[in-house]
Amino acid sequence: MFSFIGRSIVQKTITLFFVSVVSFLIIHLAPGEPSQIDPMNPKFTPEMVERFRTQFHLDKPLYVQYVYFYRDLFTGKIVSWKDNQSVLAKIWERFLNSLPLFIVGTLLTWTLSFPVGIRSAIYRGGVYDRSATFFSYLLISIPGFFFAYILIILVVTAFHVPVIGMETYGMGNAPWPNLFMDRIWHLLIPSALGATAGIAVLSRYVRSQMLEVEGQDYVRTAKAKGLPPDQVHYKHALRNALLPFVTMFGLILPGLIGGSVIIESIFSWPGMGRMAYEAILARDYPIILTVNFLSAVLVLAGTFLSDLLYLVVDPRIRL
Amino acid sequence: MAFQKPLLRTEDLKVYFYGRDKISRAVDGVSYHIHAGETVCLVGESGCGKTVSALAALGLIPSPPGKIVGGRILFKGTDILSLDEDAMQKIRGNQISMVFQEPLTSLNPVFTIGDQIGEAIRTHETISQDALDKRCVQLLRDMGIPSPEQRLHDYPHQLSGGQRQRVMIAMALACNPDLMIADEPTTALDVTVQAQILNLLKSVQEKASMAVLYITHDLGVVSGIADRVYVMYAGLIVEEGNTRQVFGNAVHPYTMGLLASLPDRKKRGKRLHNIPGTVPNPAYKPDGCPFHPRCSHAVESCKTVEPEMIPLEEGHRCRCPVLAKKP
Repeated sequence: MFSFIGRSIVQKTITLFFVSVVSFLIIHLAPGEPSQIDPMNPKFTPEMVERFRTQFHLDKPLYVQYVYFYRDLFTGKIVSWKDNQSVLAKIWERFLNSLPLFIVGTLLTWTLSFPVGIRSAIYRGGVYDRSATFFSYLLISIPGFFFAYILIILVVTAFHVPVIGMETYGMGNAPWPNLFMDRIWHLLIPSALGATAGIAVLSRYVRSQMLEVEGQDYVRTAKAKGLPPDQVHYKHALRNALLPFVTMFGLILPGLIGGSVIIESIFSWPGMGRMAYEAILARDYPIILTVNFLSAVLVLAGTFLSDLLYLVVDPRIRL
Repeated sequence: MAFQKPLLRTEDLKVYFYGRDKISRAVDGVSYHIHAGETVCLVGESGCGKTVSALAALGLIPSPPGKIVGGRILFKGTDILSLDEDAMQKIRGNQISMVFQEPLTSLNPVFTIGDQIGEAIRTHETISQDALDKRCVQLLRDMGIPSPEQRLHDYPHQLSGGQRQRVMIAMALACNPDLMIADEPTTALDVTVQAQILNLLKSVQEKASMAVLYITHDLGVVSGIADRVYVMYAGLIVEEGNTRQVFGNAVHPYTMGLLASLPDRKKRGKRLHNIPGTVPNPAYKPDGCPFHPRCSHAVESCKTVEPEMIPLEEGHRCRCPVLAKKP
């Protein structure tokens, strides 16, 4: 057990090192350089470009830049090239903004997909299953941005709630219940939107997984024992159908970062995804690389977590 | 025996599977009966409808696509096809239990042995946890599983194939059923383990005086355990009788073919007999006698006339008008 944890931490550190190298190289392979931005700008004199390049070590060889960058990252001194502010502080602020969106979206996705998928599987071919199938394919097929605008128009015209941003501008002095409701409205629409696609896809997975398990011999054995249908479905079948979702559960962690670039952009939500997107446009390497590094950490942490979860839920896996 | 009411009787049972554009007549008018305490064998090749006709008795035909389209199944005199789901649950596992073919996949991998056996008992009886544990241990001990107290906390993957089948049998016996259906319980096991399992089944049957419906394709097994035998072909029973009649006096050409293809010391060094052709797809059965394309005795009328069961002697009947007429 402890040897597994130790081994896996060592392995994941090695992986992380390679990820850091590769992502660093890929960024520098991309055409263009931060120092070349807008050469037509008269204020951008060659001297300025030169000063900029020396200040941010862009004149040094790549491996030196690599060492400088990760040294700064681990000492926390890393700053954005755009406004000279601490990258970690910026990310933390944006992370706190993204967090409620992520939590509500994930909760909606996981709590709704399972009942829908399981019910579809149990009553396969029935009216419920067919309409669930129809709606999930509908939601998968509709482009997210299009659906978002329809939803915004609907909410704004029907409820007169402006849903862009994290809160309505100029609400500062309103009594707290109004502020609170305003926040809820602003949070609910983007998270529901982010969850719809997730629900549509995940409920399909749940359905097919459940159907596969329902056809297994041990489910027939459970029925032959005379167990009531609820015990057959929710104890014997569901417990086995859940196993593959442990892997997926570990992989929702990286969704914390950049999981919702489109939605954050549409709703002007000042979250991580939008920050990363803007950093890419501005070629703000420190932010891009830090976000990249953090999401790699989250992916590895997620897989580690799901490995540990497997130990708990699947008796066949022992260390 | 003959005047006693049978424990289980199916009459003209028909189970069809509805595919996209064709109907598979998996079981097409099967009648069999089992008396209390008796061992009856259903014999036939793969796909002849043996398992389906037994699953029907438990109401476990996968539906859709399967559907019982005709006939009756009488268990202790009540037609179980007319019972609702709740009443069926009281019969399943409690009065009729089943041992399946694949011990490797028939146990749920994520629950312990004790949990799965105990569950069968708890479903049908109110029992304290202590008494339940004791009974599970006793069941496992009866099955010849060493150190049953520890095995109770094992998961199926920690046991061997033979042990898992013993667990399956323990589970089937947990509520002292009147009838146990054993669907090829030894097919997936090694030959040496097969013999052990067969002996085990025989001894528990004697102890519990329960009836066993044994489904197999292995005639060698049949001669060792059966009181009576039903030979099935393409969804029909083609010959029935007691073991002596079927093995010593087979009339139907299919039964004779099966018997001739058994390996035997006298046939050493010679080629084994095989029945030419293959079992017809249940969706495309030939007209008339389903066996006529493979039968060396077939006459013109076999291609058009569906044969009836013809009584030969006490309890021995056969579905071949050509050979049955000969004395």
